[in-house]
Parts: sequence; structure tokens; C-alpha cells
Amino acid sequence: MPGEPSFAEQLERLEEIVRRLEAEDLDLDDALRLFEEGVERLRQARERLAAAEAKVKQVVADHAGNLRVEDFDG
Amino acid sequence: MGVTLDLFAALAPEGAWTVSEVTRQARAVVEAGLPPLWVRGEISGFKAWQSGHWYFALRDRASQIRCVMFQKDNRRLPAAPADGMQVFVFGRPTVWEDKGEFRLTVVELLSTERGGLWQLAFEKAKAALAKDGLLDPARKRPLPVHPWRIAVVTSPDGAALRDIIAVTRRRWPVAELLVVPTRVQGDGAEQSICDALALLGRIEGLDVAIVGRGGGSREDLWTFNSERIARAVAGAPVPVISAVGHETDVTLCDLVADHRAPTPSAAAEAATPDRSEVLAALARLGARLGRGLATRAERTGQRLERSFDRLAAAATRRLERHRHGLAALGGRLDALSPLRILERGYSVARDPDGRVLKRVAQFPPGRAFRLRVSDGEVAARVPES
Repeated sequence: MPGEPSFAEQLERLEEIVRRLEAEDLDLDDALRLFEEGVERLRQARERLAAAEAKVKQVVADHAGNLRVEDFDG
Repeated sequence: MGVTLDLFAALAPEGAWTVSEVTRQARAVVEAGLPPLWVRGEISGFKAWQSGHWYFALRDRASQIRCVMFQKDNRRLPAAPADGMQVFVFGRPTVWEDKGEFRLTVVELLSTERGGLWQLAFEKAKAALAKDGLLDPARKRPLPVHPWRIAVVTSPDGAALRDIIAVTRRRWPVAELLVVPTRVQGDGAEQSICDALALLGRIEGLDVAIVGRGGGSREDLWTFNSERIARAVAGAPVPVISAVGHETDVTLCDLVADHRAPTPSAAAEAATPDRSEVLAALARLGARLGRGLATRAERTGQRLERSFDRLAAAATRRLERHRHGLAALGGRLDALSPLRILERGYSVARDPDGRVLKRVAQFPPGRAFRLRVSDGEVAARVPES
């Protein structure tokens, strides 16, 4: 599930939010808005880390050269 | 003249050997008398034929032997020897009847120079790769920090794959492993690995690839010194981690890959972050987020407080001013107090209902009234005329 936005972008934005909250002289309103966005992104990031077990699949090319992804039972 | 004729006549034609008979006999004698043996010498006049067979001479200062090494035997070698190279060959001495030539049929060839043919092949391919800039460290791509799709180019039933799956499940179970099955040694392995690497570009959302196999003999691992494989690795659309299970020998595949791991397990570790560490980092970010907002709120609170203080101070000042005003007013009121006037000798007359009597007409004869003086009241009456 390579999602949009990517996990890396998610983390980057989170760090930016924290930096701004820590450094900038913000209105309480702006600070609250940033905080809420940060909390939401944090929740999404945690959600993406919640998968139970790595899925293992196998890539197979048939004679026509088409790719298929199948479950792998090794 | 006659002598010559006599000589021929003296020999029965059936007593002469044919060429074939001699060469066949020579071959039998040579093969019976000289068992397969190791021979040491210098390669000379090397030629590889279209058929894949190799022809060369082996010589020392005084002599030389013609040699042939057939394709079925030489294909196991990583490279052809070069003229002037000192080698050991293991071969069967024989006579080639069609040419009447004494020869050695070589089945094994070892170079006595350091690293031998393997090294020669390795250096040749390495030089070709270096010439194209493929060994430049600046080419190496950073590995993604949080990979979601990891391709594994290896044998589907090798220990390498099991190790990679186990490590990934332990460290980063959110990833998806895509096995691209391939042969990793023996005939066809080179082509199979190149084909598998070529598939990588067609896998959607791929973040990183691991190419490798578990440990094995030098010959087993030799496939990963293929220049073709090295070029396929360099051309991969995502960063490649090479894991050819050998701690000491570095393969060409290792040199070209974006990251070299000594074992498949180490490759999986390099490819993945530790989920618990990522979660801990998220928790730290969450804490900073909370603190950041708290600081922000506190600052705002302080600002409000300061405003409030100023407001309160202003109010107090106003109040003070009013208080002074009131005191002055009180003084003035005091001065106006009727009691003060009474003290000065005036008095107030009121009827029994308390109404102030201010005019003569309000005092008919016999009218009873009360007089308020400074320290009390007295009853009074208007005389009856």
C-alpha cells in the first residue's frame, strides 16, 4: 500500500509542524490548527505501522511476458 | 637403381604399415603408457574456435605439446587464458590420428598466477565496469528509510530467502516482500538473474531490491561476478542491496550495488528500519507536538495576563481618582449638612407631621410645633393672640 502522501512525506510534514510550533511566535489559533493537523498525521502514521505480518508474494512472468503477483508459499 | 627396386621387391606389400595403422598403434601406445596427468607449462598460440573449443600449445624452454580443451570442459572456467600465462593442466596424452599429432586433451586448467583465471576474468570485467563509471561511489543511491515494497531476487527455496523473510517480519512487518525467483548458480543462472533484474522496472511502487544468495563455494558464487549481472544491477530502477553470502570475497555485483551486505540477513536489516524505533520516534514527535502547543498556549496566557494586569491597574487608578473626588464631595456635603447650620444657631420648625414650617402663615395662633435645634428638639406653641 504505497499510499498518498508517502510515509516519508507524512513524517517530514510532522517534523515541520513540530518545528514551527516550537520556534515560531504563532497565534493560538494557528498553533491549534497546526497541532490538530499534527495529531491527525501522527494517527495516520501510526495506523500505517500497525500491519501484523509482512506479506510475501512472488512475481511471475508468463510466456507472453505478462507479470503476475501471486501468494508465495515458501 | 636396381637396388631400390630390389628393396621394394624384397618387402612384401602386405608387410608395409598403412598411415592409419601407425597412428592408431601410436595412439594406443601413448594412451597405455601415459595415464592422465598434470602438466605445467606456458600457454602459447591460444585460439578459441567458433565451436567453443580451445586450441593452444603448452611449452617450456625446450619443448611444446599441442593441446585441446573442449567446450564441455572449458565452459566451467571464468575466462580464457592468455598467451604467456603459466598454467597447470590436467589432461590425457593422446595421438590425433587424422593429423598424426601428439596432443594433450585438457580437462582442467589452473593458472599458477595469483588468483588465476578467476582473478583474470574478475579484473577484466571490473575494468570494463570502471571504464563506464559504474564503480563510481557517487553513483550509489541512498536506501529508502521506510520501504513498503521490497523485491528479493534470489532462489525461491534457498536459505537466503528464509532469512530475509524472517528478519523483515521481525523488524518491519508492514513491508510487502516480492520474491522474484531465479537460479543462483550453475548453467543459466546468469541469464536467469539478468531476466529477474529486468523485471524490477515493471513492479509498481517498488522501493528497494535485494539480490543475492547464501554462502557457497567460490565457484557457486562466481555467477555474481558476471559483468552482465553487474550491469543489470547498475541499471535497476530502485536502489539495490547485494548480498552474496560470503564475507571475504567481494563480487562485481557487490561493487556495483548501492549497498553491500555480507549476508542475506544483513541485507534485510539494511533494507528495513526497526518498527519499534519508528514508533518511538513518532511518540517523541507527538510529545513535542503537545509541548509545542502548551508553550504556545502559555505564551498566549501570559500575554492575556499582562493585558489583564494593565487593565486592572488602569481601573484601580480610576477608582483612586474617584475616591479622592468622593472625599472632597463628602466635605462639601458635610458643609451643607443642616446639622452644621443648626450648630451655628439656626433651628428648624416642623409641624407634628414633620413638615417644615417656613412661612408666617404656617404659624396660626395656638399652633403647636416642634423646633429642631443642634442637640435635640423642643415642643413649642404659637401664643393664642
